[in-house]
Amino acid sequence: MDGPHGDATMLEDLESLDTQQRDWRQFPWWLLGIFLIAVYAIYIFLTRPSYQEAFQFIMIGLGITISTSLYAYLIALVLGLLAGLGRISNNIVIKNLATLYVELVRGIPILVLIFYLALVAVPGIADAIPGISNDNISLNFRAIIALSVTYGAFLAEIFRAGIQSIGRGQMEAARSLGMSYGQAMRHVILPQAIRNVLPALGNDFVAMVKDSSLVSVLAVRDITQVARLYAGRTFRFAEAYTVLAVMYLALTLILSFLVKRLESRLEAKGGR
Amino acid sequence: MAAKPIIEVKNLHKHFGEVRALNGVSLSVDPGKVVVIVGPSGSGKSTLLRCLNHLEVESAGEVWIDGIRLTRDQKQINEVRTEIGMVFQLFNLFPHLTALENITLAQKVVRGRSEAEAEQIARAQLARVGIADKADVHPGQLSGGQQQRVAIARALAMNPKIMLFDEPTSALDPEMIKEVLDVMLDLAREGMTMVVVTHEMGFARAAADQLIFMDYGKIIEQGKPTEIFNNPKEDRTKLFLSQILQH
Ligand SMILES: Nc1ncnc2c1ncn2[C@@H]1O[C@H](COP(=O)(O)OP(=O)(O)O)[C@@H](O)[C@H]1O
Ligand SMILES: [Mg+2]
Repeated sequence: MDGPHGDATMLEDLESLDTQQRDWRQFPWWLLGIFLIAVYAIYIFLTRPSYQEAFQFIMIGLGITISTSLYAYLIALVLGLLAGLGRISNNIVIKNLATLYVELVRGIPILVLIFYLALVAVPGIADAIPGISNDNISLNFRAIIALSVTYGAFLAEIFRAGIQSIGRGQMEAARSLGMSYGQAMRHVILPQAIRNVLPALGNDFVAMVKDSSLVSVLAVRDITQVARLYAGRTFRFAEAYTVLAVMYLALTLILSFLVKRLESRLEAKGGR
Repeated sequence: MAAKPIIEVKNLHKHFGEVRALNGVSLSVDPGKVVVIVGPSGSGKSTLLRCLNHLEVESAGEVWIDGIRLTRDQKQINEVRTEIGMVFQLFNLFPHLTALENITLAQKVVRGRSEAEAEQIARAQLARVGIADKADVHPGQLSGGQQQRVAIARALAMNPKIMLFDEPTSALDPEMIKEVLDVMLDLAREGMTMVVVTHEMGFARAAADQLIFMDYGKIIEQGKPTEIFNNPKEDRTKLFLSQILQH
């Protein structure tokens, strides 16, 4: 899968750590680096009160970071599935609309997209619908919309590739039994396709958690925004941004681990 | 007492861009008859079969199934397809489902049968093709011959009036061919209308009411299997039969 997400390599290296021979050239030294950073971070954290204070302050944003990522990801899954199906549709209008969406998003930097969606598109749509006032739409909600529209396009490509990886014979067998296109998609193609792309979907969730830091530009109080506030108020830049970086690192490592677990459990359950 | 044909194909043409896969094929099959189609690779046998249930839509000509002319109407074609079972060279079982689930899925989704009813029918069909004990196994754990029998059971569970077979034994190891052909022979004896693309001449001799030889998207010769085996009229038929009977 192309895209801005390189977490797969970390997982592969983690895997090679416990399966490969311990050749020093093979050894993932960078992982040792991460381990040392973690140890150092814990050491600083335990010995310096100023870091503890920064941590306690920045923790306030953790709930927003996690909830924003989760909600945005759930919406992105729906958008991505619809757009992915649209990309392979025989209906020319649907196909082109879906492709337009994907290409637009891929051609614009995420930061610009977030500004545009949250500050131009959402207010514009809100104004166009009678009875909905732009003022009632929270920045948190706009951030979720912006992130989900962005990632919906990435996930669309994952779903499309997954569906196209299933051989033609599956659709033909389902259709020859009298199933409609939709029934065949739902009962035959998608269950297989989604299983194939679960690792890619998981990697994109990790990537989205990192990209959720961009919503701080909307003054949403996620950990990045809170860290910026803290640094601005106390001028303790080292404390604020070290704690912030370590928090993201911890989050992504934990999530990568969970994705990996899910993946191997599915492989074990695969039964084919 | 001319029975009304259950399959009627009138002057069928199918083009894939420049490739003329079918070039004016006409064919009529009465209920309960078994038609075997032979011919060299690329002669249009699969395309003809796939036009019968509109997996391919004809470029010109007409296909009539049980008195209904096939159109592009999706609802109509879905209905017609429930009357036509199809068995593929590569089985095309659903790998994420067990043998039983492979057979119950379309019954539930298309025929609207209850879980219990669909399962009962599925088990009966599995028993009929001789693998009742494999109900809970995934296709990946079955041999080719067993997979193909599940595929036949899956098609039969829909109670089709017509069964299409596209080289059902071509992908099988030799020792598994017989178990699939035996199921097909039983089916033929029970009076199923069948159109079978195969190079198993033993099956053609034993079961076919009509043998069709195709080449270049056309029917070159057709008749009783014994007639065509014993004195083929066309040179191309002779050449093809001599090649195939050598094996
Ligand atoms: N989907 C397709 N696209 C393009 N060409 C096709 C397609 N299906 C079949 N053909 C061509 O049509 C001709 C007949 O194919 P087919 O019906 O599969 O022959 P057979 O089953 O007798 O081997 C071949 O030349 C084949 O390459
Ligand atoms: Mg063929």
